[in-house]
Amino acid sequence: MIAIPSRHKSLVLLAGVIVLQVLMLAVQIKRDSEGRLIRVWTVGAVSPFERAGSYGFGSIRNAWRHYLALRNTAKENEQIRHENDALKLQISQLQGKAAEADRLAVLLNFRRAHTEVPMIAARVIGAGAGTASLTIELDRGERDGIRKNMGVITPDGVVGKVVEAYPHAAQVLLLTDKDSGVGAMLADSRIQSPVGGQGEPLLAMKYVPNDDTVSVGEHVYTSGMDRIFPRDLPVGTVAEIKPGNPFKQIRIKPAAHLERLEEVLVLLSLRPLEMKNEENPGAAQPSAPGAASPPQAVRR
Amino acid sequence: MNYAFEMRGGESHIEVHKFRAGAIIIATLLALVIQASFPIHFAQAAVLDLPLMVTIYFGLSRRNPSTGLLLGMLIGLLQDSLSGPTVPLGLYGIAKTIIGYLASSIGARLDTEHPAARFALTAAFFIAHQGLIVLTRRILLAQPEPWFNMHLVAAALVNGLVAVFLFLLLDRLRRN
Repeated sequence: MIAIPSRHKSLVLLAGVIVLQVLMLAVQIKRDSEGRLIRVWTVGAVSPFERAGSYGFGSIRNAWRHYLALRNTAKENEQIRHENDALKLQISQLQGKAAEADRLAVLLNFRRAHTEVPMIAARVIGAGAGTASLTIELDRGERDGIRKNMGVITPDGVVGKVVEAYPHAAQVLLLTDKDSGVGAMLADSRIQSPVGGQGEPLLAMKYVPNDDTVSVGEHVYTSGMDRIFPRDLPVGTVAEIKPGNPFKQIRIKPAAHLERLEEVLVLLSLRPLEMKNEENPGAAQPSAPGAASPPQAVRR
Repeated sequence: MNYAFEMRGGESHIEVHKFRAGAIIIATLLALVIQASFPIHFAQAAVLDLPLMVTIYFGLSRRNPSTGLLLGMLIGLLQDSLSGPTVPLGLYGIAKTIIGYLASSIGARLDTEHPAARFALTAAFFIAHQGLIVLTRRILLAQPEPWFNMHLVAAALVNGLVAVFLFLLLDRLRRN
């Protein structure tokens, strides 16, 4: 009698033999792009566990980062917010300083271009407290050589004149003040006439006869006749012309930005000065009344 | 008596045949040699799978799943070895291992001595064998193979028919 193995035993043997041959197949077969089949199978069998492990570790890491580590996030947020505010303030200050540097550079260039005129730069540190007069206050005063009635300008044009000089500060009456005035002339027609403030943004040019031709947009320069400002400094531009009796009513838009002054130049001389006018060389022609002197600084 | 009897649940008097010494080895080698050389001279003979028939026959006769699957594995691996480099070792081995196991298992439960049963079983095992090869090629080797065609059916019938006569010859190797 032949001893026949149990069904279970033969099934195990079958499975073992099949697996053995499958492995043998895998060792032999080499796929074109993936290498030997056994390697493909091994990678295929292991990679899901690797992927699962990676996913698991990634989840744990993310949980740590996103949840557990949130304890410190609020504190960090607060700190970052403070830093952000400080940085914003710093940026604002730096922007202000950059703008100031630009303005000072303009002032410096203006001074270098007009070395014949002694002048000093001053910072505007305040404005008039009342509405009755339009004044500003400078951070420089008598100790810096500033005296009453000295002219104050910017590279854009005339600002006003010093009305009070203190040891370390000075008060400037703006050109727009109704008590302010400057000797001026029209650039094209060379008509001379004082320009004064009216307590409003626009200036008024007085004493121009109705017969004289004046056009809107015409530039107005200092005439030097007031003995405060040198000749040919920009005063403003004709903005409006109305016929009057007996003189025209001419409104002038100031050349200097009087509403937002931050740095100015104080002309350190009480004597009439003469300035080179690079922008409007024609304005310094001898044909203009009161412009017979050469374009160098003149001390009288 | 030159054969033994084994009692199975619900089945009685199923014979487990013994063969002459070396009969299985000689039959196997002969089948492999013929299978390897015959189609060279007769192309139509390529539809025959003599090693498969030998596997089925000895599986049905010995009726021992373990020996049936081991014999199937051995014949299959030898066939793989003789099939050239394009057939990896294990392709026929796996198929014939399973066929050997199935034949032994069926042989232990059914009377497979009748020619009609032999014809039907061989045809069915042939189709199953081809199915296992296609499955192996598709899944393990990534080689696209058609699952079924009429040629397969015809080949199965031819193999079944040839098996009827071959099995009669092999019956002569039994120990009387």
